[in-house]
Amino acid sequence: MTERNHHPLLEIKDLDVAYRIRGSVRRVLRGVSLRVESGSILGVVGESGSGKTTLALAILRYLPKEGFIQAGEIWFDEHPIHALPLEQMRTIWGKEIAFVPQDPSSSLNPSIKIGEQVAEMLHLHPDDARARVIQLFKTVQLADPEHVANSYPHQLSGGMQQRVLIAMALNLKPKLLVLDEPTSNLDTTTQAAVLKLICDLIRDRGMAAIYVTHNLRLVRQVCDRVAILYAGELLEEGPTQQIFDQPNHPYTRGLLDSIPRLGENKSHMRLRSLEGRIPLSGEPTLGCNYRSRCHLSIEICEQHPALFELSGSRVSRCHRWDEIDRGEIDNRKSSAESIPILRTSKKRLPILGIEDIRVDFPLQRTFEEFIGRKQPRKVQAVGGVKFEILKGQTLGLVGESGSGKTTLARVIVGLQDTAGGTMRFLSSALPSRLNGRSMETLRQLQMVFQNTDEALNPYQTVEEILRRPLQRMLGKNRTAAKRDVLFLLDSVQLSAEYAKRLPSQLSGGERQRVAIARAFASHPTLLIADEPVSSLDASVQAAVLNLLNDMQEKDGTAALFISHDLAVVGYLADVIAVIYRGQLMEVAEAHELFKPPYHPYTEALLSAIPKIEYKNGHAKIQLKGEIPSPLEKLEGCPFHTRCPHRLGEICDQEQPPWRTLASGKRYFCHIDEDGLQKLSQDNYFRDYAELKE
Amino acid sequence: MLRYVLRRLGFLVLTLILTSMIIFAMTQLLPGDTARVILGREAGEGALEALREELGLNDPLPLQYGNWLIHFFTGDWGVSFSTRSAILPLLMGRLRNSLMLTVVILFMSIPFAILLGLSAGLREGKLLDNLISVGSLSVVGLPEFVSGLVLIQIFAFGLGWFPANSSIRIGSSFLEALPMLILPALTATLVLLAYVARLTRAGVIEELKQPYVRTADLKGLPRRTVILKHVLRNALTPTITVIAISFGWMISGLIVVENVFNYPGLGRMLLFAIERRDLPLLQGVTMLTVVGFALANLAADLIYATLTPRIRLS
Amino acid sequence: MIRVALGAASTSTRRLKIIIAALFQRPSSSVGVIIVILFAFLSIFGPALAPYGPNEQIAADARQSPSIKHWFGTDQLGRDVFSRVILGAREVLSLAGLGTLVAVFFGSFIGMLSGYFGGFLDEVIMRLFDSLLALPAMLLALLLLGTLGPSPGGLLIVISVVYTPIVARVVRSVVLRTKTKAFVDAARLQGESLGNILFREIFPSTLPVLAVEASLRFSYAIFLVSSLGFLGVGVQPPSPDWGLMVKESRAFVTQMPWAMYFPAGAIAVVVIGVNLAADGLRKALQDD
Repeated sequence: MTERNHHPLLEIKDLDVAYRIRGSVRRVLRGVSLRVESGSILGVVGESGSGKTTLALAILRYLPKEGFIQAGEIWFDEHPIHALPLEQMRTIWGKEIAFVPQDPSSSLNPSIKIGEQVAEMLHLHPDDARARVIQLFKTVQLADPEHVANSYPHQLSGGMQQRVLIAMALNLKPKLLVLDEPTSNLDTTTQAAVLKLICDLIRDRGMAAIYVTHNLRLVRQVCDRVAILYAGELLEEGPTQQIFDQPNHPYTRGLLDSIPRLGENKSHMRLRSLEGRIPLSGEPTLGCNYRSRCHLSIEICEQHPALFELSGSRVSRCHRWDEIDRGEIDNRKSSAESIPILRTSKKRLPILGIEDIRVDFPLQRTFEEFIGRKQPRKVQAVGGVKFEILKGQTLGLVGESGSGKTTLARVIVGLQDTAGGTMRFLSSALPSRLNGRSMETLRQLQMVFQNTDEALNPYQTVEEILRRPLQRMLGKNRTAAKRDVLFLLDSVQLSAEYAKRLPSQLSGGERQRVAIARAFASHPTLLIADEPVSSLDASVQAAVLNLLNDMQEKDGTAALFISHDLAVVGYLADVIAVIYRGQLMEVAEAHELFKPPYHPYTEALLSAIPKIEYKNGHAKIQLKGEIPSPLEKLEGCPFHTRCPHRLGEICDQEQPPWRTLASGKRYFCHIDEDGLQKLSQDNYFRDYAELKE
Repeated sequence: MLRYVLRRLGFLVLTLILTSMIIFAMTQLLPGDTARVILGREAGEGALEALREELGLNDPLPLQYGNWLIHFFTGDWGVSFSTRSAILPLLMGRLRNSLMLTVVILFMSIPFAILLGLSAGLREGKLLDNLISVGSLSVVGLPEFVSGLVLIQIFAFGLGWFPANSSIRIGSSFLEALPMLILPALTATLVLLAYVARLTRAGVIEELKQPYVRTADLKGLPRRTVILKHVLRNALTPTITVIAISFGWMISGLIVVENVFNYPGLGRMLLFAIERRDLPLLQGVTMLTVVGFALANLAADLIYATLTPRIRLS
Repeated sequence: MIRVALGAASTSTRRLKIIIAALFQRPSSSVGVIIVILFAFLSIFGPALAPYGPNEQIAADARQSPSIKHWFGTDQLGRDVFSRVILGAREVLSLAGLGTLVAVFFGSFIGMLSGYFGGFLDEVIMRLFDSLLALPAMLLALLLLGTLGPSPGGLLIVISVVYTPIVARVVRSVVLRTKTKAFVDAARLQGESLGNILFREIFPSTLPVLAVEASLRFSYAIFLVSSLGFLGVGVQPPSPDWGLMVKESRAFVTQMPWAMYFPAGAIAVVVIGVNLAADGLRKALQDD
């Protein structure tokens, strides 16, 4: 054993991890070296295929059975994790290193009571164990811990399940926590609360943690140091603030730049996107893994770069680290050309108007209802929504899961029946059913879907997928349509050879490009885009957003852009509507939404989004509880159960009025403008037009 | 839970009604004139007509069906054409025999099947798993008359351990009958064993992939606790359901097995009724079988619901 | 892995090659496939290969044990068992195969419509099928054969009726899963006709499951045909049906076991072969 003068809590040395797949060996982690000191949090950031989850599992020595540690060492507190017999790991798991997974609902045993699942690791007398569990549940701020302990997992919400898993991880006071995207399946506002809890507990107890995530915003707020993984290699590592302020590696720089800042808008600047695609994991490469996408790559990049040490205990795997560090070359891509600002002539025509749209989902009839021939109960998914979209305009619709935003999108394109309300499209009434719509209406109204895996038929080639709309809606013959497919591919920057491919041969970003090409094939007047980038990796999101914007500009297409991510919506939209439990809370011009006065819910959303530009700590506004179940009928304002500024009974009983401000902002609240102005705590608006040099 | 039970019961009744209609319709379509079957070839047209009238054979079909169903529920299952004896007591004796055989089959197969499935599932892809998988796959599709004849050759003709013929005396006790039950039970066991073992294996493999197993492991629990307390509990739930559902499979198998071994159970009676075109007997046997099968399915649903908190508590 | 390879194959013939290659990767499934191919060959070329006719009685040679002249011996009537086993392949496989095809055709058609449209029609069809499935397969088969009489046509109907509900259920469940996918919505939004949506968009997704189900059904159909033959309610004498041969020679099993065990062995080999091949196909298509 080599003499180690300093012992960090966890030390990983030149770790190679590989998977054995049908006889061949694929290395998914190469030469990763990391250290975690006690009491610190290391963020491990990577996109899909970067090997970040494999790294987390390797530290736990819990790789899938095809996986194995090929070379390198993992030292934890004098334990050689890489060489321990597996049975001995069981004395480390839970007691020394604990794990918080990303999918809380499936990570708890569905048929054992929650309390028992936590108590079984204690080896205590049942009564003592019980008392300890209750106390632990109080620590993780679970309301009514007795009740939680007696529940089964399916009776708890996602946020509560995650708190239980955190309690489990803390149970035996481990020294190190491995967190695998612990908040990625939670809603924005729940995420903020759970994240704060995790961080407070780690700090209070002086534990160390490894925080594995794809979300750079969270890393900036939470971690002391950050490691950037790309295609199984460590590209850069160092103190969080230095890396975020002065990234050395061009990939880190590109990734940071491609994420829209809160309040940034397309009218100010184009997103700096990363081109190309992520190499497949385990793909053997010579030279720098990033060179095909790097704007600084030169001859030497054909050779594999070492990890170079920078000042300030940082490392970077770039041959040109020195030139970048000294400021001789710029690792930021040449300033992206700004796009023409939309002609905001005030009198554009409305093309879509929806009024009082309501959607109900009937529940399965209960036995009594069946016998008594009663109407089945209903859940209101959308309750009386009204808005307008003008020609060429982009309306951003933002809301958390279950808010009804996707349902609303499906109503507009005719895939979902309404329970009431009217729609007008291009100055004529729009029938709610698809059968009632003419081919011309279909042509003018197209949609891009959220899940790229399901948006394209896996059994059709790209050519067939793009040819059908041309034949059906534009009436072209097969030959003409075939030719036009090539133009379509070109317009979404895919080469002609893609025509012969099947969706499974495309990356997520490429699939979404094909889906966008299909939607634009008929030159629609209005495009509905439902979370078009949320299933994509960070480094390809920006490129797809830019593409969407370019296509819209070219055809003058208006859009309804739906997302849960306020920063993304803020970037692409001209006007933003905020939706909560099926009702609009606020409608405002994009830049106005980020300026006070704020609707209480909008402000909570804004506050819950961690900033990427600077460390601003945890969300100031912590909403209590979670979004009430849609089964719960609420009178008055839908937000009253969680509103930090609830006035009193009026909020629970009376529908709030719509108020309009001079800026054009309309909001749905009992509090008037002056009141909101006083309550708004922070200003989330940063004028990027001014910041831009 | 109550709601769930009521729903299941509702489905059971609906299914039984539909099934009884199917059975009634099919037996009505059986070739041959019932009256002539009863009275024989040389009966005169007048006598035939009188009997038809008496038996209600001239009534419209829905009425005949209604009468038949009412008689069925009141325990009046009629008299067999061919044996001239009351059907219900006849069938009850046969049912007892079939149930005796079933009990032996279940005891011989289920514990062993679960053990095999579990060992295979825990060693997925290893030699033992491959052996069990290929072995069960080979046995599962083998017709019972083939495996039964092989077993007779080995254990009856070869070793002389058990009799080749299992025609037990009417009313013989379980212990008396037991030696004769072994070979037919073993034959039916092979298929059931393979079937249940495969499903248990699949269940174990599926559960082992669930993230909650990772949580249990990483809590530092002993592997034994993880398997016995966490995995098995969930993996066996579908297996228990399957055992009940495999009743249907077993009934099919029993029809053949009972005929291979000349065992006086419902399966032999069924074939007898078909060969003799004995309509009331055929209806009785089928209805009895179907009710048994439906009850087994109901039991499966209820056991499943009891073991699954998500259903039990909704 | 196979799925990745399948994705990379752009034409259906290349996909087929990949599936076949996958079938031969496992020893168990390659044995299965070879057995299936062998018996398929026998059922096509059987008449040309069999040294004697199925009912050719050579009185002088009756009850002979296996020899050079009669590989599998002869039965009580002096018929050559080897010839009858070879010729029986066509009897069993064609009946089982045809019955399976009919069940797959109707089952997938009904399953598609029922799953896509849902609602009342779906409810009625599924309740009816539930009731049919509430009858154990053998019981239903016996009842039907009793009604239809023991003939090849009757057997064909029996196999179709017994297995159509099962195929329909399987197809329906795939359709239910597929019809909510975004690519089907996209097709509706571009005004595709109902036929196109059903057959161009949804149907291909059912193919892997359908192929596996069809091969399983085929194996059970062989099982059913031979069991019914054995019970004496299936194919009637003097057909060289294997189940029937077992039944007929059972009485003489102590004197001439070969007449019973060769056809019984043929059934066992075919059924095991089809099962192994079906399992290989399932693993290849569904990636376990």
